[in-house]
Formats: sequence, structure tokens, C-alpha cells
Amino acid sequence: MQSAPATDILLDIYRRMTSIKANDTRIIATMKAGRLTMPYYSARGQECIPAAVSVLLTKEDYLVTMYRGVHDMIAKGVPTKLIWAEFAGRSTGTCKGKGGPMHVTHPESGCMVTTGVVGAGLPIACGLALAAQVRGEKRVTITNFGDGASNIGAFHESLNLASVWKLPVVFMCQNNRYAEHTSYAKGTSIESIADRAKSYSIPGVRVDGNDPIAVYNVARTAIERARSGQGPTLIEAMTFRFNGHLLGDMGEYIPKTEYAAAVAADPYPKYRDWLIANKHATAAGLDAIDAEVNAELEAAVKFAFDSPLTDPIEITRDIYAAATA
Amino acid sequence: MSEEQKINTIEAINWALDDAMAKYPNVILFGEEVADPEGGGVIKVTRGLSTKYGDSRVRSTPITEMGFIGAAVGAAIAGMRPVAEIMLMNFVAVCMDQITNHAAKLRFMSGGQTHVPLVIRTMTGTGFQQGGQHSDFLEAWFCHTPGIKVAMPSNPADAYGLMLGAIEDDDPVLFVEHLASYWNPGVAPQRGKAIPLGKARIARPGKDVTLIGYSRSMIDIPVVAEKLAKDGIDCEIIDLRTVAPLDTDAILTSVKKTGRAVVVHEAVRSFGVGAEVSARIHESLFRDLKAPVQRVASKDSPVPFAKQLESAFIYSHADIEEAVRKTLL
Repeated sequence: MQSAPATDILLDIYRRMTSIKANDTRIIATMKAGRLTMPYYSARGQECIPAAVSVLLTKEDYLVTMYRGVHDMIAKGVPTKLIWAEFAGRSTGTCKGKGGPMHVTHPESGCMVTTGVVGAGLPIACGLALAAQVRGEKRVTITNFGDGASNIGAFHESLNLASVWKLPVVFMCQNNRYAEHTSYAKGTSIESIADRAKSYSIPGVRVDGNDPIAVYNVARTAIERARSGQGPTLIEAMTFRFNGHLLGDMGEYIPKTEYAAAVAADPYPKYRDWLIANKHATAAGLDAIDAEVNAELEAAVKFAFDSPLTDPIEITRDIYAAATA
Repeated sequence: MSEEQKINTIEAINWALDDAMAKYPNVILFGEEVADPEGGGVIKVTRGLSTKYGDSRVRSTPITEMGFIGAAVGAAIAGMRPVAEIMLMNFVAVCMDQITNHAAKLRFMSGGQTHVPLVIRTMTGTGFQQGGQHSDFLEAWFCHTPGIKVAMPSNPADAYGLMLGAIEDDDPVLFVEHLASYWNPGVAPQRGKAIPLGKARIARPGKDVTLIGYSRSMIDIPVVAEKLAKDGIDCEIIDLRTVAPLDTDAILTSVKKTGRAVVVHEAVRSFGVGAEVSARIHESLFRDLKAPVQRVASKDSPVPFAKQLESAFIYSHADIEEAVRKTLL
């Protein structure tokens, strides 16, 4: 591993990774129990990318994410109890149950847009960054997307526009090797997505997305570059998703050896072991963090299911600023 | 009697953008060639504004509608009031995702936490032999999408007032300009006075039949109405000005009085604004109607190129007259 940040930052990353993983496990269990009904795009296996990036961001920095984005939201600080209430269709949810997992929004923590359309977040991120630039703010926008999105027009238009206008945006491609059910090699014309940055005269960096310290260092450079007005960066963080595209996907299209190798390289236990081996924490110390995360999760689930269901009158609200004919 | 000042729609919208930019520092403009070094807009609607307000607030973009309309959505969420220009209405097709899946829905999907105070300017219309991809009126696509408003002015004064109203509106607005009438002079607007969206205008009071139009058809309808007046047929004319939201009250009030209605638009006939207006009248005033509501529109065909085909595609004054006479049988 490269030069690591201070221990408190390393543990902050661990805490966020733990929360992402614990919430994912609980969401799947709750869905299997029939208590949550929703399309769920698990990000299990991709935890350390948003965890390592978000310790470098403040609430003022903007996040744009996508349908596979619960990990990004939790890392950025969207309160888990509001996420759970949203998933459960409650009036206390981030969006009163009107958005759902693909549209969680929480401007207080900087989560401005979650989109269900592949690649659509990138142009919007350019606009959030443009607003900051026009107003002379130091705010940075980060937009997350998968490898599949790098083949859609919005990706290319956004990188070009962000480069031409030197926008303070970080394009974070979480390359989990599959676009829905299509393998990277079958659908993508270039060896590395990071190399696509060359076409737009911006830095493109490929990083091991399962190595939190590597992600942290690459993201720090990109965020500092954006914050200081030097323009955008494309990061390609190599990772894998353990639960397929949509929950229920049996992954028949993934070679068994590839899947086994990816699971063996699970970044979560690896990072935990590394923290202990390098004396950043004791097992007991990490267990204590786990216990805190689990207590918060229990409270979040309870909050959600104790909250009232959103009243159907809500489908007549928030369509326009004022009620219209 | 002092002579009224006349301006055309190009000047009127330019005034509105200028006045809005002077008043609100968060109004920004972008689109292809909108800044002065690139010509100040293909029809010069934005001429002078980048020189006056600087190239941070007025930006010529690459030809990248999905990119810059998406950027306009993002900037609007972040508190700006972008006015983005899509050069021709057909080009909305390359950025529909940003308009209908994002701009129109983000207020609802976020539970009201964010909103998109964005104005998209665009222009369209037949008459220049531009064929199938440069002349369509596609407003029905957007009227069919809850969350977005559609303004379609027919004269310079309304264009000015509606543009100010659209910029001040907290919802996304598609602002459709009619290409062929850009240069027609009209009464100058009162500077600084916005027209709220969703309010129709009685362009001519009458008692026998209600003629309902917007945008281009408001050039044709008055001509036909004057002709019919000579035959003793007294038409009331409603300029909708905004097609979403539709000013149903204004329509129903007029048709309740006249008992007859004809809707006229340049967009193709089927599944259009005329169908919606007709349905609303029938649903509310069936027993008051003296005849079924008539629709006059372009043929259900792609816009053709050759002059005689283009003329055959668009409705004629005779079509409007015939529709009115049908309601009087």
C-alpha cells in the first residue's frame, strides 16, 4: 500500500465501509423477509471507493450518484434512517417515499441527484460544478457511475464540456467489470476507461478500487485539482459487485473462476486485517466501531418501520411549485 | 395620439433576457452560438448579452445538447436560473432524457427537496423548406409529461412577458418560439412586467364561436375571424399562450358562452394539444355545446421538404373557415 493517511482518517474510512456493508446485508435480508419491496442494486464489494473518497469531502461538496448508489449516499453522510424510511415508502423518507432507491436525494448532505438512467448524472454534475464556478465557490462535485456508462453519449459530452469549461468535477467510474449482464470486454472498445480522458485533455487515472489508501490518494489529487480551479479528472476504480446487477440476478453470465477470485479479494475483510496488522487499530477497537454501526442500523430500521406510510395524497404534490389545473 | 412603439419578437426576447440578467445575478445563458463572438445566437436573440454580462454568464456551448441541457438541470438545482437554448425544437430529441426524466421529475422524485427553475428556449415552424428534422412542433410530448410547463407566445409583447414569467417561475419551462414570425412587428411590452404562466388571453371578444390557438395559429386565426365577421359570424379568439398548464377556466368560460369551439395548431393533428382541449370541453360542457369541437392542425405526416408539399402539410385559412362553418351547421 502507498503512504497512508492518518489513523483517524483510516478509521473513518473503515467506519463508512462497515456501515455500507452492514446496511447492504440488512437490506437484502429485509427484502428476502418480504418487508421491503423494491428494485435493489447492491454495491457489496464496492464499499471502499466512496468510503475513501468521501472522507475528503464536506457536506458542501455535491454528490451525484445512480441506481447502484446506496454506498455512495451512506459514505457521503445521508442519514441511514432517512434512507431506510425512503425504501420502506414512509413519509419520513428522504423523498417521502416518492423517489425510492434510484432517486434518493438529500441536499443537506450534498446528495443532489440520484438517477436511474445510465450516464445521466454526468451532465448534471457538470451543471452543479458550473454553478459553483460561476459563483466563485470552492465546492467540488463528484459523480459516480459504472463502466457501462462510459459507452453512453452523456459520458463523452460531459467530459468534453467539463474540460472545455474547466469545471470543478471529479468523474468517478466504479468499474465493476459488468454493464448489466455484459462483460467489460464485450461492450467496451478500450483497455482502460481512464485512457478515454486523453481524448478530452484531462487527467485519467486507473486505481485499484479495492485499496482504500490508493483510492484516497488518487481522489485527493483529483479533488484538490478541482477545488483549485484546474478542472476535472476521470478516475477509474477497479472493483467488482458481488450480488450481480439487480438483486435476484443469479450471475450465470459471470465465469465461476472470476467470481471466486473476486470474492476472495473482498476488500472489506482485507482492509480490516490490514488496519490491525499495521497497528492502526486493535480487533477490539474495530469491533467497537462495528457495534456502533450496528446500533445505528438497528435504530434506522426501527425508525423506518415505526414511521407512517406516505399518504397517497402525496402523488398530487411536488409536481409543480404551486398546484395547477 | 402618440405612435405606439413597435418591436419584433427577437427584440422582445432579447429585452426580457437583458432585464432578467440585470435584475437577477443567478440568471445565466447558454446554448450553441449564443455569445457575441459566435454571433449572438443564430437568429440574434441573445445579441449583446455576453458583451454586457460577461462570458461566465453567457456561454456558447459545443454542439452537445445532452451535455448542456443536463448542465442546465444541475445548475438550476444548485440555485442558478439557466436559460438554455436548443437551436431547433427537433433537437430536443437528443436530450429528452434530461428534460423529461430529470428536469420535469426531480422536484417530485426528491419529495420537493430540489427543483429545477430552468428555461429551455427553442424555435420551430414550417415555411423555410427545412424538411422533417428542423420544423416540427413537438409541444405535445412535453404537455404529456407532468412537471414541465410549456409557453408558446404568438407576439412580441407576450414573448417578453412570458419569458420574464418563465425565468421567475420555479418550475422548468420549455419556451417555444415560432421561427417564421420572429420578424413580425408588434406592440412593445411594458418593461419589467412578467406574464404568469398558465394564463390565456382573449385576443378578440365574440359571441358565436370560440377559436382557440397559440403560437403560429394566432397569426392565421384573426385573419379568418375578420373574414367571417363580414358574413356576420362573430368569433371569440383565445390565445392560450401557455399550453401546459392549460388555462381550462378561460376555455370553458368562453365556450360556455358561445357553445362552439375550434382549436387550431401547427402541430400534427393526432394526440395533440387540440385533442386535449377538445376532450376537456366535451367533458365539462357536453350539454352546452351546439356542435362537436373541431380540430384544425397539420396533416399526420413528417414535415415534407418541397414547397408544394410543405403547403399541403400545413392547414390553410380555408381549413379554419370550414371548421368554423361546420360548428354552425
